[in-house]
Amino acid sequence: MTDAIQLDNISFSYGSQRVLDDVSLSVRHREFMGLIGPNGGGKSTLLRLILGLLPPQEGRISVLDTTPRRAARRLGYVPQFARFARSFPISVEDVVLMGRLGQGNMWGFWKRSDRHAITDILDLLEITHLRSRHIEALSGGQMQRVLIARALVANPEILLLDEPTASVDRHGETSLFELFSTLKKNMTVMVISHDLGFISDYVDRVACLNQSLVMHPTAAVTADTINQLYGEQVQMVHHHHAH
Amino acid sequence: MAFQDFFHAALTEPFLRQALLVGLLAALAGGLIGPYVVVKRIGYLGGGIAHTVLAGMGIAYFLGGSPIVGAFICALVAAVIIGVISLYSPREEDTVINALWAVGMSVGVLFISQTPGYSTNLTSYLFGNLLLTPPGLASVLSAIVAGLVLVLLLVHRSLTAVIFDEEFASLRGVPARTLYILLLCLVAVSVVVLLQAIGLIMVIALLTLPAALAGHHVRSISAMMLIASLAGMLFIVVGMAISWVADLPSGATIVLVAGLGYFVSISVQHLLKPYRQG
Repeated sequence: MTDAIQLDNISFSYGSQRVLDDVSLSVRHREFMGLIGPNGGGKSTLLRLILGLLPPQEGRISVLDTTPRRAARRLGYVPQFARFARSFPISVEDVVLMGRLGQGNMWGFWKRSDRHAITDILDLLEITHLRSRHIEALSGGQMQRVLIARALVANPEILLLDEPTASVDRHGETSLFELFSTLKKNMTVMVISHDLGFISDYVDRVACLNQSLVMHPTAAVTADTINQLYGEQVQMVHHHHAH
Repeated sequence: MAFQDFFHAALTEPFLRQALLVGLLAALAGGLIGPYVVVKRIGYLGGGIAHTVLAGMGIAYFLGGSPIVGAFICALVAAVIIGVISLYSPREEDTVINALWAVGMSVGVLFISQTPGYSTNLTSYLFGNLLLTPPGLASVLSAIVAGLVLVLLLVHRSLTAVIFDEEFASLRGVPARTLYILLLCLVAVSVVVLLQAIGLIMVIALLTLPAALAGHHVRSISAMMLIASLAGMLFIVVGMAISWVADLPSGATIVLVAGLGYFVSISVQHLLKPYRQG
């Protein structure tokens, strides 16, 4: 079986600004991978390339043995920032139901099976009590859980999360990462985070990205690694943890 | 009582009954499509389509055809042009809307000016005149509104997903761009229905004010549709009654009533805010 995500020599620029430079990366099936790096280091761009939201300018991407665009419906995605107005007239239930949209389920009404399918996910994310609440009334952490539920309700084979705990307190962060650890039994999970020390307790590997890539296997995350990453030189490190 | 006379006449005079029915159908069309326009914030785009429609009406009128057919064709063409430009060349969107707006009106005015009966018909198209609605219009509008309802039943949840979070909807395989252009075509259809009641200059009022009013008080697009339709119908009936009693132009009176209703609603919303949050 090939890898879940395979990036070969990917480069990407916004105008004259190089964001990714010759990045190659393989993510195995049911692997829990952390992706860290400084702001502007290309983490979100890498995720958007994997999702097919951006076409690679150089290199090749394979996701679930096909192109990113074809694989998109088999992926779950939680963006860093909600791309919608919080005042939009919609309830938590209807936001989560949107994860059920897809081929064969686009026109007409929601079916009873759709509403039933989201019940377990709402339970899993501990947001059942918010089901009929309007999204404007949610805290940042609650909103994040709603977006994770929306991504999970499609039963994705790969879950991609862009800083999912940015607006969550430490307790909430721990509980979400424990959840992601559980999810990796059934799916590949890739999470962007700023908190290298924290995610290294949970993930199988940490990929460190700062525009270009240096394979740098190490057993422990050290202060030097972090200094290197956020400095000028080292752009990517892989940390292997025993789990 | 003068208002009682109006309601008595509405029951007994066929022309007034027909006018009321046309007005209520227009309110329903505006109530169904208005919530999408308000949450997507594309009111100016509806205004552009409405004004462009005069070209279609003028040409049809000049050629001796049906103005409503001309309006339909022109509205749909304008919707598709604006939709394609806003998707593929967004920088040009504002200019294109302005150009269609002005050129559409100019073409309409020129064609109508070359046709006998110029002033009466131009005024009717611009400002509406419910009391002069031609016989049979209500049946045509009923069929159009029924079509709108059917299309919305089919596309509502995908359309809502696109308006809410286009990127996510696209990732789920929803044809976001096609649905956006369809939304503009639905706006075009509702504009044609609405202008039969209040004229094309004021269409935007009944497309947006009842929906914005509904948005003050309910938290789903479906509920907004219901409240906006009912509010629009109330504005039509009250506006027509006032214009009947005071012998005022019906379109302008209806729009003023809608504006007043919106103002009252936003005031009530502010007054109730502390209680709702509590």
